[in-house]
Amino acid sequence: MSKTILIVGGGLAGTIVANGLCRQLGSELRTGAVNITMLGTTETHMYQPGLLYVPFGKIREAELFREQRKVLDRRVNFFVDPAKHIDVEKNQVATEHGRTIKYDYLVLATGSRIMPQNIPGMKEAGHWFYDLDGARKLRDAISNFQGGKIIVNVNAPHKCPVAPLEVTLMMHEYLKAHGLWEKSEITYTYPIGRLHALEPVAHWAKPEFDRIGIKYETFFNTESVDPEKKTIKSMEGVELPFDLLITIPPHAGAEVIDASGLGKGGWVPTNPKTLHRDGSTNVFVCGDTTNIPISKAGSTAHFEADVLIDNLVSLVTEGRFARDYDGKVFCFIETGLNSGTYVWFNYTTPPNPGPPSQMIHWFKLAYNRLYWLSARGLL
Amino acid sequence: MAERQTIDARGAFCPGPLMELIAALKLAQIGDEIEVLSSDKGSVNDIPAWVTKVGHANVGTTEKDGYWSVVVKKAK
Ligand SMILES: Cc1cc2nc3c(=O)[nH]c(=O)nc-3n(C[C@H](O)[C@H](O)[C@H](O)COP(=O)(O)OP(=O)(O)OC[C@H]3O[C@@H](n4cnc5c(N)ncnc54)[C@H](O)[C@@H]3O)c2cc1C
Repeated sequence: MSKTILIVGGGLAGTIVANGLCRQLGSELRTGAVNITMLGTTETHMYQPGLLYVPFGKIREAELFREQRKVLDRRVNFFVDPAKHIDVEKNQVATEHGRTIKYDYLVLATGSRIMPQNIPGMKEAGHWFYDLDGARKLRDAISNFQGGKIIVNVNAPHKCPVAPLEVTLMMHEYLKAHGLWEKSEITYTYPIGRLHALEPVAHWAKPEFDRIGIKYETFFNTESVDPEKKTIKSMEGVELPFDLLITIPPHAGAEVIDASGLGKGGWVPTNPKTLHRDGSTNVFVCGDTTNIPISKAGSTAHFEADVLIDNLVSLVTEGRFARDYDGKVFCFIETGLNSGTYVWFNYTTPPNPGPPSQMIHWFKLAYNRLYWLSARGLL
Repeated sequence: MAERQTIDARGAFCPGPLMELIAALKLAQIGDEIEVLSSDKGSVNDIPAWVTKVGHANVGTTEKDGYWSVVVKKAK
């Protein structure tokens, strides 16, 4: 009997896992001992980090997309047919289009999504760049902006921990370049008592913000937005006026996770080392959808996927586990439109970013292009 | 029924214990308790201060072997 590895979600994590499995299970796929099936939501694969450049007109929209079938190894059975109900007791997944797929091993890689609707008034008055529609609207708002108060508002939980700092610094440079900085003010709000979750990044950002004149409000967890008065209020009791509100809305995992009873808010309880779904031996979780308390980032998805590939291959071919995930996360950080830095850490090594340089900015731009190689499993 | 949930944020450098707690409180029901395990002294001080400020309840902080357990109750 052929063993089925079913991957739900064709974003970064799911795609790396699928391609990596194909590379390592070549002979099993040839003989039909194993088959790999993926359920996705669209024919296209979007490069999400590229969304950061859309509001500033620094990327063409077409550059964000590739055909998913071309990114995937052709040995993967790919269906654009979202999972509707995941039954981990019966080892099967029911889809929107009426399929029922049985599996031997299941990989949950359904990612995370923004929920501006969870904050009263946010959907009406806020702008964001975490999806394409939002990024386009923000691009229009920025090009019509003639000066005034800008708020960059960060909410928990959210993916890509560095994007809020990046957009703030890029906004500042944009305003300067367009002669609007004298007429403008940027206030950055953050949920905890410093400017970034990563302590060394926060230590670097504070003097940088002070130097260039960006204001900040820490311990700011958004309670509501008043679209009429154009004000934003925090649970901590602070109210700020704005002319342009750029928000990083709170996130949730995929609806199907919650609907299948696999995790509140769409976050799947996951073993931080083995990446098993808690309570299952044949269900693994990868990428943003885990509840592991580490950054929800492409690099996390990538390092987790590498571990998962090795473990699934060992399980299928030798019935044993290969290795644990060590919690590794790596992030490039844009510190302006022309400079960048990077930081990495794992469960035991604290982060320590180096000084920003133009060179690292070019690395990040190069990495933007390399994304497709990494999704295809070639990096 | 009030629930109790534990977040093991020991060695979690990003987003860290307080951010995890903030996210978990959004999904909790009034009366639910959340225990955060943290090896970071800073957040062990920050959590109770923040919890008081926004009107949730501090149940207690206990020092364990090289880490702390901070228990919070959702009050509103
Ligand atoms: C603006 C922005 C900038 C970013 N910048 C960076 C960066 O610089 N560096 C970095 O490391 N990370 C960055 N990230 C984060 C990174 O893109 C994500 O962390 C990464 O994509 C997570 O991979 P994933 O596979 O878990 O989720 P995703 O890539 O989001 O994929 C999840 C997939 O599951 C699908 N899905 C959902 N529900 C179902 C269902 N029911 N059935 C089937 N499929 C389903 C979704 O459609 C989606 O395709 C950024 C993100 C954004 C938005």
